[in-house]
Amino acid sequence: MLKSPYDTDCITWSPQGRLFQIEYAMEAIKQGSLCVGLKSNDYAILATLNRAPSKLAEYQQKLYEIDEHIGLCFSGLTADGRLICKYLRTEALNYKYTHGTNINPQRLVGKLSDKAQIKTQRHSKRPYGVGCLVIGLDENGPHVYETSPDANFYEYYAVAIGARCQSAKTYLEKNYETFSNLSKDELIIHAVKAVKSSAQSDVELNGRSVSVAIVGRDTPFKFLTSDEIEATLSQLSQAMEVEV
Amino acid sequence: MSKFNPYNDNGGTVVAVAVGSRVVIGGDTRISNGYNILSRNYNKVTQLTSTNFIATSGQVTDAQTLHKLLLAKVALYKHQHGHEPSLKALSKLLCVTLYSRRFFPYYTFNLLCGIDDDGQGKVFGYDAIGSFDELKYGAQGSGQQLSISILDNQMKGTNRNDDYSFNGDPVGLVKDVFNAIAERDIYTGDHVLIWDVSPQGINQSAFNLRSD
Repeated sequence: MLKSPYDTDCITWSPQGRLFQIEYAMEAIKQGSLCVGLKSNDYAILATLNRAPSKLAEYQQKLYEIDEHIGLCFSGLTADGRLICKYLRTEALNYKYTHGTNINPQRLVGKLSDKAQIKTQRHSKRPYGVGCLVIGLDENGPHVYETSPDANFYEYYAVAIGARCQSAKTYLEKNYETFSNLSKDELIIHAVKAVKSSAQSDVELNGRSVSVAIVGRDTPFKFLTSDEIEATLSQLSQAMEVEV
Repeated sequence: MSKFNPYNDNGGTVVAVAVGSRVVIGGDTRISNGYNILSRNYNKVTQLTSTNFIATSGQVTDAQTLHKLLLAKVALYKHQHGHEPSLKALSKLLCVTLYSRRFFPYYTFNLLCGIDDDGQGKVFGYDAIGSFDELKYGAQGSGQQLSISILDNQMKGTNRNDDYSFNGDPVGLVKDVFNAIAERDIYTGDHVLIWDVSPQGINQSAFNLRSD
């Protein structure tokens, strides 16, 4: 994207009817590492590829629990992501305290989008620099949502965002129609495969660089342990060796 | 014209006994208003974490609000720390929560019980504004005075000239204590819900008290 004379702040339109600052904010997501979300009739899964700032550092966590029925991961400015996580947790907790029930995931995502919209219409603020994937459960089953700095949110069967997400998207597009009745383990394999398809060959995939979490009708939100992830990864690499 | 009194005692008793790595918590299920019974089936005990419980007597609406608030605070703690709060952390949390309402208190008399990080069963007793102490056993509510002497006699062992020490079943002791309370306290009765909490798990039971 080339620089434009109309991109100084959020409150200036371009002659073509675009707000460039928001579009630039969307670019920030592509700098972040991969996030994948997908669902079946009974489960929704988030998987992320984590980054470490150097060989000496720990992998940075991008996948968080919001409530027992909602989880979140993000790509982009991780600091913005963590603040969003804090906000969503507080909102979900307040709703549960007042109403005695779990908040509807779509309403929660809508609240976040409302907050994001404010940041696109003030001269003194900047848009969020993250896109979030949210999985949640309501009475109709599991859902996957994507939020973005332009204050929109969309619901998906399967989605991928972040660096090199196109490979993951291609994999999901090929396979998503088979997801509906899969078992939990089969769905997890698809999620990890989608992450693998986007990872470059020099990226090490292990139980710490890959995070996976699941929520379902009979399963409150939980992370897969690094052992479980490693087992899935080695299962996949053995299968791939067989194929070759 | 009489001034509106925000406080009302709904009666009832809660008892807790800690023995080794185990704690037994009991609460009767009656709520009253004066000479009337409002419910015979009300649970006064809330589970806050996998091993920790709060049992409250006093005003039901304040107790319900307090329990809801603590559940929310425990959820927030779990998000921030990645694990459940220890009984020690919870005990201070309850203290500051109660004291935050020092000038319009929760009309609640609490027992916080469970298994601490050191694997020992413990009971913490509170007054309405947050003063607390670690105890081996405790009782709160309308039957407190009737029951605490029995518990002192069985559990403490001071002021005895013999070698008696309680080595029976704490669940049986709690049952006996409630039966004793119900004989004379009109606000305690109907049923008792008992939680037997140990590292092996939680065993919940109920038994009937006098209905009069």
